[in-house]
Amino acid sequence: MAEALFNAEPRGNLVEIEGLSVDFGRHRVLRGIDLKIPRGQTLAIIGESGCGKTVLLKTIIGLIRPTVGTVSFEGKDLARLGERELTGERIRFGFLFQGAALFDSMTVAQNISFPLRQHTKKPPEEIKRIIQARLAEVGLPENVLGKKPGELSGGMRKRVGLARALALEPEIILYDEPTTGLDPIMSDVINELILGTRRQHPVTSIVVTHDMRTAQKVADRVVMLYPLPRLRMDETQIIYDGPPDRIERSPDSRVSQFVRGEAGERLMEMRKQNVTYDVQNGV
Amino acid sequence: MSSSTIEIAEVPRRSLASVAVDGIAALGEMLVGGMMELGSISIFIWRTMQWLFTRLPKRETLLPNFYQIGVLSMPVVALTGTFIGMVLVVQTFVQFRMMNMETRLGAVINMSLVRELGPVLAATMLAGRVGSAMAAELGTMRVTEQIDALASMGANPIHYLVVPRFLACLLLIPALTLMADFMGALGAFFYAVYLQGIDWHHYLENSQRFVGVFDVFAGVFKSLFFGAAIAFIACHRGFHCDPGAEGVGRAATKAFVASFVAIMLLNLLLGIFLDGVYYTLWPEAPKITS
Repeated sequence: MAEALFNAEPRGNLVEIEGLSVDFGRHRVLRGIDLKIPRGQTLAIIGESGCGKTVLLKTIIGLIRPTVGTVSFEGKDLARLGERELTGERIRFGFLFQGAALFDSMTVAQNISFPLRQHTKKPPEEIKRIIQARLAEVGLPENVLGKKPGELSGGMRKRVGLARALALEPEIILYDEPTTGLDPIMSDVINELILGTRRQHPVTSIVVTHDMRTAQKVADRVVMLYPLPRLRMDETQIIYDGPPDRIERSPDSRVSQFVRGEAGERLMEMRKQNVTYDVQNGV
Repeated sequence: MSSSTIEIAEVPRRSLASVAVDGIAALGEMLVGGMMELGSISIFIWRTMQWLFTRLPKRETLLPNFYQIGVLSMPVVALTGTFIGMVLVVQTFVQFRMMNMETRLGAVINMSLVRELGPVLAATMLAGRVGSAMAAELGTMRVTEQIDALASMGANPIHYLVVPRFLACLLLIPALTLMADFMGALGAFFYAVYLQGIDWHHYLENSQRFVGVFDVFAGVFKSLFFGAAIAFIACHRGFHCDPGAEGVGRAATKAFVASFVAIMLLNLLLGIFLDGVYYTLWPEAPKITS
């Protein structure tokens, strides 16, 4: 039912993922992922650490190549594009990395203007105007422009990262754990920025998070991934796909446990693993 | 832990055969790993070359790298070069004096400087000072996702990060080699003439007679390969850095060790090659022993 509701939008799908599997060496991280993301949607991908959320996000923008299956952006398979076309598609994306990934050899101003200097021939005054506009959008004072990323707090770095992601006015923004490592107030500031960005620009957003508050506040749709090693071969990795307000009433105990933040039987398993670990190490 | 003591007894003792099998498996894994590494660095070199001939990086990305890699390496190369020149005199002086051939030191020392010690020393200092720093810098960029960020903003990381470093190493190592040659010769001259009292005229004349333009060229020619090897190995290590502070540290160390081994190996191969070239061009050439 949720499938019908969320996967078939009249405006068409911006991203379509079909039969996606990703391996790292002998280690499979994603298996058989099918996901369609309509234009304009804000999708939250949730799940515990190590379940492959970030890998999925990086596969969508083509930073990681699929082992099996395809990821297409507006019908184009990113893995088949040449360097030049890939660059052309990538500048339509904005990516906010987990640690903001600001270039630490550059100032804040140089960081925000980096994509503009790379891909446009705008005059310096215009670039300066855009930097100021983006900075105002994320609520930072202008005196940070001359600073290096090392001098900023975590929350400020995230906001500079967002300003940089917005510099080229992308059509789709990918957020990797936008609130991780921030205090509750700053987390909510980031949540509001995600909402504000969507209000100001007609963007599609994908938010990878394990913060339920973020997922419930910003998303129209939530997808939950489950770590592969804990699944049987015949089970799908997406264990929930639907609106955020219904996730708490999900009949799947794995989903409701995650939403409520309960360890449950996981604690017992970890104790068992500890015993075998101690034995192997001769304790 | 009390519950685990019972289970310890159940850990099976390993038989000799299983140890042998594990050993062979480990050897195989090492071989496969080595081959994969070789393949990975070959692809890396290929992609760098492609970008090099597609589009040159902008001036503002090139110049800081040239400054960092070339200009800032000058003092340390000059200093170590001088000392190497002086110590060569210290080690050889007594033996040559016994044969009353101390003025021949000019030939021996300057020849070994321009052909071997100058280029190898400059390359070693570059690998130590610049190679490990590049691996650590690019490794940190990999770990903190800055390399991914570059790619996500449509800037190719190889073009933006590797090509400038490669060009800086390749184009500036000849200058560093000449610097090491010159300072080494100067140091040796100073020690031999002023401290050991060797006749300067004959010292210089012997140098001039035996050390030719080809010898200086041979040293500079070799250094080009060393510079390229350092850049490729260090950048490749940085790009494939393991996560965490430990991964970055290991990338830096490995970059230096692998560069050093590559320098030594290339030095031997290029030495054999250049010797062949020399005796093909000048079959009647005088040898230093004659």
